[in-house]
Amino acid sequence: MQQSKKEIIKKAFVSAFPYTIPIFAGFWFLGIAYGIYMNVSGFSFVYPMIMSIVIYGGSLEFIAVSMLLSPFAPVQVFVMTLMIQARHLFYGIAMLDKFKNMGWKKFYLIFGLCDETFSINYTAEIAEDVDRGWFYFFVTLLDHLYWFSGAAIGGLLGNLIQFNTEGLDFVMIAMFVVIFLEQWLKEKHHFSAWIGFISGVACLVLFGGDSFLVPTMICILVCLSWFRKPIEKEGGIV
Amino acid sequence: MTVTQQIITIALCVLGTMLTRFLPFLIFNESRGTPSYIQYLGKVLPGAIFSMLIVYCFRNVSFLQYSYGLPELLSVSAVIILHCYKRNMLLSIAGGTICYMLLVQLVF
Repeated sequence: MQQSKKEIIKKAFVSAFPYTIPIFAGFWFLGIAYGIYMNVSGFSFVYPMIMSIVIYGGSLEFIAVSMLLSPFAPVQVFVMTLMIQARHLFYGIAMLDKFKNMGWKKFYLIFGLCDETFSINYTAEIAEDVDRGWFYFFVTLLDHLYWFSGAAIGGLLGNLIQFNTEGLDFVMIAMFVVIFLEQWLKEKHHFSAWIGFISGVACLVLFGGDSFLVPTMICILVCLSWFRKPIEKEGGIV
Repeated sequence: MTVTQQIITIALCVLGTMLTRFLPFLIFNESRGTPSYIQYLGKVLPGAIFSMLIVYCFRNVSFLQYSYGLPELLSVSAVIILHCYKRNMLLSIAGGTICYMLLVQLVF
């Protein structure tokens, strides 16, 4: 049976929305906090609004506040950005196949490929009769809107908001734990998961919380390349 | 910092971010095909990425000082138990978050 385009879009939206609910909670909390932080740092609400749309990367945006308050240092800003955001390279490699033949949507899907959107789009089990392209599109768009609206509200209301929601930011950690579990339960063996975990912990201890991501990524790449033969012998991951 | 300098700073953040997001797709475009090594990485990386993200989430938790990461570890355990038991994403996330909020607000 042929579905009309409107039905296809609606179906994709309805199946994508529930996946984004935890991200809504997390992004509003963090986004509002970010907007308030910019507001009390002396920036107009226009800054968090624009930055949340065009940069769209939580941790970098927080650090960008202190970079905007320091003396102008373009090279340092650029290098810092690459270091913080380097993990996106991995997301792109993982999504190469899934984003094939997505037409005009592909540009936006890549533009909005943040940690949370990647995690949902990579692991979600999309039903056969749901259009994958529109599903990815709505997850990306909704997440983007949550982050933007949170940042805008925080920037506008500033320190008027009284926080009595201590601990709500755990929602993001809880989501990553669930996504990790789903991946773990799907895998035939856990070579990759252990490699990622051990590299991460070792580099965190060695390099500290602010600069362990890039060394971790290098470690993961070296280990996965080194053990390619045995891993492929086991018949791949999933 | 002048407004122009601020705009340049923000633009550099955008440029750097987009470079990391678009680069894999620019190098391995659809028409050229993907080398088998990259296809292999695409399959095995996610497993490692999700572990790395968990470590990333805990990067600022101090395990050596009070509260020794206890609220975090207890709440993560709650998420795992709930998820293995009910396998309902929203329930596990909500349960774990409420558990954490109660722990940091009332206990620790």
